[in-house]
Amino acid sequence: MSARESVMDSARQRQRIERVVLYTLLIIGAFLAMLPMVWMVSASLMPSGQASTYPPHFFPTRITFAHYTDLFTRLDLGRNLLNSAFVSFVVTFASLFINSLAGYAFAKLRFRGRDRLFRALSTGLVLPVQVAMLPLFLLLKNMGLINTYWGVIIPGLSSIFGIFLVRQYALAIPDEMLDAARVDGASEFRIFWSIVVPGIMPILATLSIWTFLATWNDFMWPLIVLSDASHYTLPVALANLSGEHVQDTELMMAGSVLTVIPVMLVFLFLQRYYIQGVMAGSVKG
Amino acid sequence: MTGRKPSLSIPAEANTAAWFFLAPALLLIGVFFFLPVAASLLLSVTDFDIYGIANASNTRFVGLQNYVKLLHTPDFWKALKNTFYFAFVGGPLTIAVSLGAALLLNSKLVRFKGFFRTIYFTPFVTTLVAVAIVWRYLYHTRYGLFNYGLSKVGVAPIDWLGDPHWAMPAIILMAVWKSFGYNMLIFIAGLQAVPEELYDAAEIDGAGAFRRFFSITLPMLAPTLVFISVITMIGYFQLFAEPYVMTQGGPLRSTTSVVLLMYEEGFRWWRMGYAAAIAFVLFVVILIATLLQFRLQRGERA
Repeated sequence: MSARESVMDSARQRQRIERVVLYTLLIIGAFLAMLPMVWMVSASLMPSGQASTYPPHFFPTRITFAHYTDLFTRLDLGRNLLNSAFVSFVVTFASLFINSLAGYAFAKLRFRGRDRLFRALSTGLVLPVQVAMLPLFLLLKNMGLINTYWGVIIPGLSSIFGIFLVRQYALAIPDEMLDAARVDGASEFRIFWSIVVPGIMPILATLSIWTFLATWNDFMWPLIVLSDASHYTLPVALANLSGEHVQDTELMMAGSVLTVIPVMLVFLFLQRYYIQGVMAGSVKG
Repeated sequence: MTGRKPSLSIPAEANTAAWFFLAPALLLIGVFFFLPVAASLLLSVTDFDIYGIANASNTRFVGLQNYVKLLHTPDFWKALKNTFYFAFVGGPLTIAVSLGAALLLNSKLVRFKGFFRTIYFTPFVTTLVAVAIVWRYLYHTRYGLFNYGLSKVGVAPIDWLGDPHWAMPAIILMAVWKSFGYNMLIFIAGLQAVPEELYDAAEIDGAGAFRRFFSITLPMLAPTLVFISVITMIGYFQLFAEPYVMTQGGPLRSTTSVVLLMYEEGFRWWRMGYAAAIAFVLFVVILIATLLQFRLQRGERA
């Protein structure tokens, strides 16, 4: 065996060891990342009491859907599921429309004071939302919107960040294209609807998934605004339930599965758009 | 501005259209965000409380009294300390785990990258309240999987959420699990932007893996690192749902965060003037931390 071959051999050997180490770490990581979710699903299918035994059961000895039935019958969580779905869909679609109109205007329409206005708006990005919450509550109370879905929806209808994101993307639309449509006599709204919207579709897809997940998962604001259990969104209902049913581990796990499943499905089916948005560094957490 | 005086460069119709396009967003953000933020500053210099909610005329101007009172309240300092603990221990830990995962996934030797990436990212999209409930059971002293796993390696049961020394570390551990996937994606994007030739050249020069990491990867990732530290810190300073669900701020207020304190004072006891002062302190803290990180980055570059 020549010296050259033995060098190649040892390099190959080293690579093989490296690969084994890498995969071992990756698999341990994947195991730890999935463990809480897998246990959640598993415990939700256990007969009452089985999740509180020593040594712990990892898998149910007998699968039961009784806790899910319980959630929808005795606890009426289906109502809260619908509330969450309604609030999330309305916020997602309405804010998408409102933010893209504004984002496009900031990117492509010429009007006096545009850049100054945009800079002023951007300063809002550094303000934590919690600073607005107390007066916002009083404002909505005066409008009679406390303990209504609109109290949750209205503050989410437009976001500085959404406008910011659409503007960045819309900047790339060629002016000539818009001017040509104007020469042809198209109205400004028509230009927006049939040229701009199709052009910024990728960012709209990212933004809509992002908004949907954020609205579905939101906890603090719905907790503040909604005071009546029948109006609760799912996370608020679940937090409330976990106080009363702290001993019913299996039931609480079923409730958690119910809350998490819709966002997981949205993410798994649309993750291409979602991950692209994050990878572009364009979406903040 | 209504577009009544169109200049040569700005056609009147475009001008009017622009304001129509902006009106809904500006109105909403103005009325439901900027106005409340400004009002919050006013609220913080009043004694607005439950009597004020009943009738606004029961409210008096109290100057900086709320702020002075805050500085003399041990619970506030405790909450500030807890929040710093969470942000300055949990933040760097999250970033380290994210970077580690990104490095593993960026290796040329690994296949099934999309599969692992999806698994690692999944915790980030889940509902915080739901997983906080799940983790509360995982941390159970008698039946939880954590203590069971630890018992296998001879560690005595830990009262994770009931011991004031362990409650915050327990919450940090969960937060790391929940949020590392997001930073990981941004790190991967950053790593992919590092030119391959740099590594090839270093390898020819005989630089080992550690040397390559510290003299190529880390400096090239500096801007990504600053971005990630800033957004992670800002997010972590707003800690709320985890202690609300898992510990209710206890035991012995060891997990009461600034936002949880604000919520309790403002929306449980309706001391809204006082709570507004807490909110403003939070804002100032976040602002200082953000500016400091940008300053540090500029300092390093100079």
